[in-house]
Amino acid sequence: MPDSDPALLQVEELSVRFRAEAGMLTAVDRLSFELRRGETLAIVGESGSGKSVTSLALMRLLPPPPGCEVSGRVLLRPSNSHDGGGGGVDLLGLAPEQMRQVRGNRIAMVFQEPMTSLNPVHPIGAQIAEALVYHRRISRAVALEAAVDLLERVGIPEPRRRLASYPHQLSGGMRQRVMIAIALSCDPDVLIADEPTTALDVTIQAQILELLADLQRQSGMAVIFITHNLGVVAEIADRVLVLYAGRVMEQASVLQLFDYPLNPYTTGLLASVPVLDPTAPTRQGLHAIPGNVPDPQRLPAGCAFHPRCAHAVAGRCDTAVPAVEAADGGHLVRCVRWREIHQPETVP
Amino acid sequence: MNAPLVVVDGLEKWFPVRGSGLFASRARLRALDGVSLTVGRGEVVGVVGESGSGKTTLGRAVLRLLVPNAGRILFDGVDITNLSRRALRPIRPRMQLVFQDPFASLNPRMTVRGIVGAPLTVHRQVSRAEHAVAVGEALELVGLPPGAAERYPHEFSGGQRQRIGIARALILRPDFLVADEPVSALDVSIQAQVINLLLELQSRLSLAILFIAHDLAVVGHISDRIAVMYLGRIVELGPTREVLSHPLHPYTEALFAAAPVPDPRRRGRRALLTGDIPSPIAPPSGCAFRTRCRYALPACAEARPEFREKQPGHFAACIRDDLTLGPSAQGAHQ
Repeated sequence: MPDSDPALLQVEELSVRFRAEAGMLTAVDRLSFELRRGETLAIVGESGSGKSVTSLALMRLLPPPPGCEVSGRVLLRPSNSHDGGGGGVDLLGLAPEQMRQVRGNRIAMVFQEPMTSLNPVHPIGAQIAEALVYHRRISRAVALEAAVDLLERVGIPEPRRRLASYPHQLSGGMRQRVMIAIALSCDPDVLIADEPTTALDVTIQAQILELLADLQRQSGMAVIFITHNLGVVAEIADRVLVLYAGRVMEQASVLQLFDYPLNPYTTGLLASVPVLDPTAPTRQGLHAIPGNVPDPQRLPAGCAFHPRCAHAVAGRCDTAVPAVEAADGGHLVRCVRWREIHQPETVP
Repeated sequence: MNAPLVVVDGLEKWFPVRGSGLFASRARLRALDGVSLTVGRGEVVGVVGESGSGKTTLGRAVLRLLVPNAGRILFDGVDITNLSRRALRPIRPRMQLVFQDPFASLNPRMTVRGIVGAPLTVHRQVSRAEHAVAVGEALELVGLPPGAAERYPHEFSGGQRQRIGIARALILRPDFLVADEPVSALDVSIQAQVINLLLELQSRLSLAILFIAHDLAVVGHISDRIAVMYLGRIVELGPTREVLSHPLHPYTEALFAAAPVPDPRRRGRRALLTGDIPSPIAPPSGCAFRTRCRYALPACAEARPEFREKQPGHFAACIRDDLTLGPSAQGAHQ
């Protein structure tokens, strides 16, 4: 890497393929991105876009071959740039035992459904302490003390009393706070949050988003936030990766993406979000993207979005998968027609 | 002016809660706590609220899928509150339901023909040919090809399955539809399609719709009027634009403040609600929202606030008339 401050996490050509009835199915197709310290990267996509599979691949939580094949590189560099320079380790090359030292320690994850992610038969204090005992090799008593601090940090009232609570005694928002406490227990450098607020009510979602932003400010951790909700993206992301059918469609800063979306899919997605506008007439139709999200077993040839795209041209969009091209300011787009589309004066 | 198609008056529904201990069986969960609402012919009324607000129970009670404990439900002038199953039968075809989860609400062993045509089989004596014609028309209505009839639900995407659910709801040509979170399980790009389809069908068939959702923006797009529910009560009800531009209840304002805005330049600076929704088994005294309300006064704990018409056609249950609430929360002051 020529960059003087190499990225904390560097993903290169990550591909994930699953064995299916009709041969191998590509869930993630040569995905590359970087994550810097303290940064929030949002990965946006619909069902089948590969966003959750990406997070599981980074955590090495996918099943082993031959059911699933993961290729590419996931470089995790040391958290302090002065201790060891730009080297880093390729997580995909680690032995399971080595990966266990990284998972939950340097990279932690928060899942969508806090009820199924917590163990219902153990009190939450023990579940928070577990990671600390394993990774920090401290006693259970010390770990439980640390759990009190963690519960306090994630805004759970009466944390000491709560240690003995079981997951079913907590509300959905409180359970998600416990999940975040577990994820933060070992001060991770990278937090992967996979739709952490999707199962929550909107008022609780707002609380959790604010909590994550505060914790990130305090700790300087980098966050990968996986979501389908562009409103949430606008609230929390520094940079955004838009996935469709396992491929990057666009990668940009959050302002670039909302101000100048370059891929027609992104434009359509932004336009289809209902906006609270008191001045708009009611019973107003929304801009809809026609068609359906493609079946990963039967991806359209060429650009996977072309059957739904108003700008698609036969012979150009349906032949080869478009390359990712660089626009201004680090903005990346996968569309053979992005220049024409964004210069309306030139005749296509 | 026509009489409303649906009138709900002082509706109450509670569920017994089984707990442990000697007196636990006396606990009751108040899912509906005195709800009054009308839906006009061809009108879309949106119901918003968080989980536990009672919005789903309201939808089921209005369709008489539940028997309420108190209050009345009138459908086209007929009191259906305590009608028997047999007496309800002729009314059922006029009121239909679209479910939230298009994966769970379609029988995987039935073809689309069987699913969409099931209401016909139950309610009408039709010949095989008439059945086929009606199913074909219903599929066309929701934008599915005729060939879809011979296929099974698993062959369709989420958005298409929701269209199948809508075709089933419409095949008897009802006057009234309850749509309970019909788009929240769908992908963003598909949600817009289904909302547009519902809007189009609503005006073509002059359907009255009770549209239940947790997303204020979705409800704002589709509804003529909006009802905001909290802990089994309607706290605000009014014309959509009025509710969105001049909310009269602090909870409505708080829902606005919490909704993520798809504009990265308008981040943060919002007044968030603290804590969780209280338990409907032991709701707070007086105003149920007071424990989370930034404008609460001691008086709010004393008596249940009257649901009053504060502006023409715009009702709210809040004793404070001195507040200027706004969708942007910054305009609010203590």
